[in-house]
Amino acid sequence: MSHIHIENLNVWFGDGADRVDAVKNATFDVPSGASFGLVGESGSGKSTILRAMMGLAPTWSGTIQVGDFKLGKKRPKEFYKDVQMVFQDPYASLHPRHSVDQVLGETLSLHGFKDIDNRIMKLLDDVGLGPAFRFRYPHQLSGGQRQRVAIARALAPEPSVILLDEPTSALDVSVQAEVLNLLSDLREEHKLTYLMVSHNLAVVAHMCDATAVMQNGEIVEVMTVEDMRAMNPKHPYTKHLLDSSFGYNPNAAQSA
Amino acid sequence: MTPLLDVKNLRVTFPTRQGEFEAVRGVSFTLGKERLGIVGESGSGKSMTGRAILRLIRPPGRVEADKMELHGRDLLSMSEKEMQGVRGQKISMVMQDPKFSLNPVMTIADQIMEIYRFHTGAGKKAAWAKAIEMLEAVSIRDPERVMRSYPHEMSGGMGQRIMIAMMLVTEPEILIADEPTSALDVSVQTQVLSIIDRLVRERGMGLIFISHDLKLVSSFCDRVLIMYAGRVVEVCEADKLDQATHPYTRGLLGSLPDIREPKDRLEVLKRDETWRIAESVSGRT
Repeated sequence: MSHIHIENLNVWFGDGADRVDAVKNATFDVPSGASFGLVGESGSGKSTILRAMMGLAPTWSGTIQVGDFKLGKKRPKEFYKDVQMVFQDPYASLHPRHSVDQVLGETLSLHGFKDIDNRIMKLLDDVGLGPAFRFRYPHQLSGGQRQRVAIARALAPEPSVILLDEPTSALDVSVQAEVLNLLSDLREEHKLTYLMVSHNLAVVAHMCDATAVMQNGEIVEVMTVEDMRAMNPKHPYTKHLLDSSFGYNPNAAQSA
Repeated sequence: MTPLLDVKNLRVTFPTRQGEFEAVRGVSFTLGKERLGIVGESGSGKSMTGRAILRLIRPPGRVEADKMELHGRDLLSMSEKEMQGVRGQKISMVMQDPKFSLNPVMTIADQIMEIYRFHTGAGKKAAWAKAIEMLEAVSIRDPERVMRSYPHEMSGGMGQRIMIAMMLVTEPEILIADEPTSALDVSVQTQVLSIIDRLVRERGMGLIFISHDLKLVSSFCDRVLIMYAGRVVEVCEADKLDQATHPYTRGLLGSLPDIREPKDRLEVLKRDETWRIAESVSGRT
């Protein structure tokens, strides 16, 4: 059964002559417990899909269904508990004057949890940060540790879906490996469904079962990870992305 | 043959409240007419090495070296005035993000012509023609229109190509490219790299290519220095990077996800204190 169902999603910004169609007729399904990737270049509309789902891009049409929630203009409170997002830049997405304890405690109390103290300890443990990190401020954490806090915050309301917007692109490769491993473990442990935006095909191939490739707001191809491993793209743009992910190739550069 | 650039035991030091902090610790290398890659994680000192060569480290930071010579001329003992003749003229630098390195309130024409006229003393007309020629060399369509534009009217890829045009207009001998394609999309990245590649080859320049992307460096450069905690831990031929022996390099390679070789878990780098203490490996040839 599909957990996320998106059909003919259009997202636009501005009116009349200034109207920009950021996402055009996007359709895809994510089964429960699966991990689905969205790849494409900047401006291809991949993050905009996540933002429309979260209600951060209010001008959209089409169908967005997440679990039992069919989304309209107003969303029930339970939706905001069930779907959480992790943003790209852990430096920008944590409040600089809130300690880790405040960040997690606020989220928990907003969602009406009672045993906040225990839950904070459990969350820190889940993301591999010990209790020593509880009263630190973001500037006292490294990039990887901050992203762990952002993931802990997303886990706090016990969601079933986590939207990941380039969760590791601001991190070094060694730290990226740690965070990706953590995300894989958490998905298994908490039976989470991931929708992951990335420009890095290798990361998506590692994390996701299937991937939609986007160009200029349209999904040009949905490919399974097996197809990707077999280097078996249908669309020329996907082929181009795959080729580029293996580093610099002078022959490819000449044909481009 | 004397190398273009000869660096021996380069150190960059910053005083802090906890004592001296050495960002670069005893880096040695030579650069000929080749493409030399410097890779490492953030904080490994790779950008500091590039900046130190141009003496762009501001006090209280200090640059020291046993030797830092451009064609046998000592860079460290030059006056600030002499350095101005080196920066942009003999050694140019392309930085990561064109949004921050182009002047937002000057047209592209004014910026390129300013550099050219400063270093050659050419007239306006000659500078204009030269700038157009350079923009064409970096595959910019309609250079006349681009010349009259401001940086905000340009896309990221165009901005970076304009930066490259600007840096190469004086025909320097060495180009230092500090993460020149990290802010760009993959398809634009390939295009920008092929332009750098072609110009470096045609003009017989030396290139120092600073990047965190191992795959990119191994496919683009001739020789690679791998930096960790301000030191060079390994030097190798770029196409033999996958046979690197240092545990740090192996760890970095292992932590990369690979499309064709799926792994359940990615390797996690276990850092060893001895890497930090060990002597820097020399990249002198």
